Amino acid sequence: MDKHHSNIEHAHSYTIYIWVWISLLALTGVTVAVAGINFGAFTIAAALIIASVKSYLVLTIFMHLRLEMKAFRVFVAVALLFVIISFTLLFADYSFLSLR
Amino acid sequence: MSTQEQAVVHVHRDDIGSRMGMWLFLFTELLLFGGLFFLYSVYRFMHQADFHVAAKELNVLVGTFNTAILLTSSLTMALSITALQRNNKKLSVFFQLCTILLAVAFLVNKYFEWMTKIHHGIYPGSDEYLAMESGRRLFFALYYVMTGLHALHVIIGMVLISVMTRFTVRNVITHDNYVKLEAAGLYWHLVDIIWIFLFPLFYLIT
Repeated sequence: MDKHHSNIEHAHSYTIYIWVWISLLALTGVTVAVAGINFGAFTIAAALIIASVKSYLVLTIFMHLRLEMKAFRVFVAVALLFVIISFTLLFADYSFLSLR
Repeated sequence: MSTQEQAVVHVHRDDIGSRMGMWLFLFTELLLFGGLFFLYSVYRFMHQADFHVAAKELNVLVGTFNTAILLTSSLTMALSITALQRNNKKLSVFFQLCTILLAVAFLVNKYFEWMTKIHHGIYPGSDEYLAMESGRRLFFALYYVMTGLHALHVIIGMVLISVMTRFTVRNVITHDNYVKLEAAGLYWHLVDIIWIFLFPLFYLIT
């Protein structure tokens, strides 16, 4: 009977969500603080790394990816891989364009 | 008899399939916003100085505040699912209503932010806009399109969650059948993730 209650294993506790929320707010604070300092080219990298960490938290905990079947994580990884490939090709093209 | 009932349940319900369908839909959203992020990155690459000047005109405080609002709304959305899983319908409805209220707060902020810009004459087609350097024009065009499309998603998410709240109240969504609420939640968290990237790229590049 418990079989179609497979959702039960899908449960996170309230506390983990609150911890993730606190981390997300803290990381937002860090992004704003870091943006004030000029690291040159590293500034944008820092902003993107922090945004990626925040997204990772949202994807794994809020969106339950950590509790899903492995297939879900593979799907998301493949989708993100193709976004990264597109960005790499895009910038391979545009950085050469500026040299011409 | 009971096997028959189970068979019927299996024909009409596939929670894993429903969630996977929702994820597939979210990938198309990734393409939609991904294209705009491509545009943003190329134009920023070509007009770095103009983008930095233009970004100074956005209010970091309002942006940070809105980020906090949206992150909190994601929290209440996630909590509403946990509450329902624990068979606490009232708490779940409460958290869903919180999510909707926070979404309204986000949009009100966004409205005032846009209105301030428009009062200063910064909108596509205005004299001031046309007098700007091309990089600044591109920045504001992208700002309006990307935050506008995001705001549209916030509105759609709000409507979706409102429908889910109605379903929860009417016991269409229950503690052992809440995949609809989960799907709405997935959509809402995606809207949150998009904002997580929009915020530093538009507000914090000064």
